[in-house]
Amino acid sequence: MHPAFSVIFLTTLIGAGQGLFLALFTAQSYAAVEFVTIKNPHQFYAYGSAIALALLLAGLVASFFHLGHPERAWRSAAQWRTSWLSREVLVLPAFMFIVFVYGTMHYFNRDPMIIDVQNQPLQGQLSLYVGITGTLLCFTLFVCTGMIYACLKFLQEWHSPLTVINYVLLGTASGFTLATAYSAFMAPNLVNLFGTWAAIITLAALISRSASLFRNSRIKHKSSLQSAIGIRHTNIQQKAMGLMGGSFNTREYFHHAKSGFLKSIKWIFLILVFIFPVILLSAGINQKSNDLLITAFLVQYIGLLAERWFFFAQANHPQNLYYQTV
Amino acid sequence: MTQLALVIDLNVCVGCHACVTSCKQWNTSGPAGYMCDDNPYDRDPTGTFFNRVQSFEIGEFPNTETVHFPKSCLHCEDPPCVPVCPTGASYKREQDGIVLVDYDKCIGCKYCSWACPYGAREFDEHQKVMKKCTLCVDRIYDEKLPESERKPACVLACPTNARLFGDVHDSGSDVSIMIREEGGYQLMPEWGTKPSNHYLPRRKTRIRIHEDELIRADNPLKKEGLKPAKVIDDQTLDDVTSW
Repeated sequence: MHPAFSVIFLTTLIGAGQGLFLALFTAQSYAAVEFVTIKNPHQFYAYGSAIALALLLAGLVASFFHLGHPERAWRSAAQWRTSWLSREVLVLPAFMFIVFVYGTMHYFNRDPMIIDVQNQPLQGQLSLYVGITGTLLCFTLFVCTGMIYACLKFLQEWHSPLTVINYVLLGTASGFTLATAYSAFMAPNLVNLFGTWAAIITLAALISRSASLFRNSRIKHKSSLQSAIGIRHTNIQQKAMGLMGGSFNTREYFHHAKSGFLKSIKWIFLILVFIFPVILLSAGINQKSNDLLITAFLVQYIGLLAERWFFFAQANHPQNLYYQTV
Repeated sequence: MTQLALVIDLNVCVGCHACVTSCKQWNTSGPAGYMCDDNPYDRDPTGTFFNRVQSFEIGEFPNTETVHFPKSCLHCEDPPCVPVCPTGASYKREQDGIVLVDYDKCIGCKYCSWACPYGAREFDEHQKVMKKCTLCVDRIYDEKLPESERKPACVLACPTNARLFGDVHDSGSDVSIMIREEGGYQLMPEWGTKPSNHYLPRRKTRIRIHEDELIRADNPLKKEGLKPAKVIDDQTLDDVTSW
């Protein structure tokens, strides 16, 4: 498939935003049961939510560049019964709204209590409920994003639960890495917590992404030129594609990159997404260097752009069988 | 239920592209707006087409055959492009099974084109919407046209009658008979999309001749039964002696 930069930015930006929100809520739930203490907690959650919201908004803006008619985008909420894309279109603004509410509640320090738990009031009750709602929406959004690709059964590279798992883990990993860098400025005592989780999730993502790379390297395509045109002969050569220049079919479904480039991108993203960030995180935490932690996030994000590019480029659409000489 | 479709006979298609040009001519002049055509006489010509003819060489020289393969939307009975559409612009008509795009609802996200294994959909770079074969829905029901012309433009244009149009759910229709009797098949059956358009394979007509049909062992005009078989090497005087 042709990797469209609008979709690459959409999926990577909202992934980081979602991950950052999950990280913030992780910190709040730890703080609620007094595993950690946060100075100026409301400020910490409010500014963090603002960053997450900015990332989600940037992703939303990027997605509009993919559309031929952005002014009609509102129509895409219609078919949520059948279309994962439509579901994503509904869940993304809902999640953004919850992140906004969550951030606003903390910013204005409005966090009323709802129930008494055996006369032991739990701190931040309402925001915890909002956070739980946000977490559920966040995971729903990850599943919607992943299923957009995983539900296309004849794009066999994508048609696997690993696609959804990768979206969840890669987004969460980049969000936690960002949270590590963010907490270095806002709440230094959380750097260890976020950094450890970021490294664990990054390594988990390495396992699931490697599994999908392994799966795709030995994939057996169901369709062949024989089944595409229905002629049972072992030796078929295409002599004309029905066009003299290019067409939508030769542009949309091919990455048009050299195979050497494709291979090198794979190694580049494996290093940038998984290896470097873990090294930079541990170095940053040990040396208490904020710059290293910011670099860890930036490196991982750039790596994710390469990862998403490769994700699209690697998918081989069966329609390409009709265009053998592109 | 009705399912209109095309049956394309690869046995007689000569790859003249008349269906391609007549399709473009009819559909670019229709109420749905033109189909773009950039650099038509220049380098890298490109544009939107609903139908294309591809050519394949089968076999190894000198035992080769060239197969011309017209390819357009197959109007699947279970179209994978329809449920993925977020706006409902892509739909399959109940009454005749034609898969259509509502160009006024399409947001141009191209997701349906990813979901079509045949690459039947083309994005119009000028109107920024997804387009595809409509089976000339604006002409097959047009009662101002004589009944013989209420067919898709490509079917009318085909000089070798390689394109047949009809209801594949009606077992008595011409297209159903051709599919049944001439070995009609579907493209990529492995995906369960159940394409309505069918293709008829190359067919060889061979006469099987037995030796006794070549050599006249007996005069067929003789009424009184078979005579003993003659030795083939012998000369037969049947033709001269029997009257």
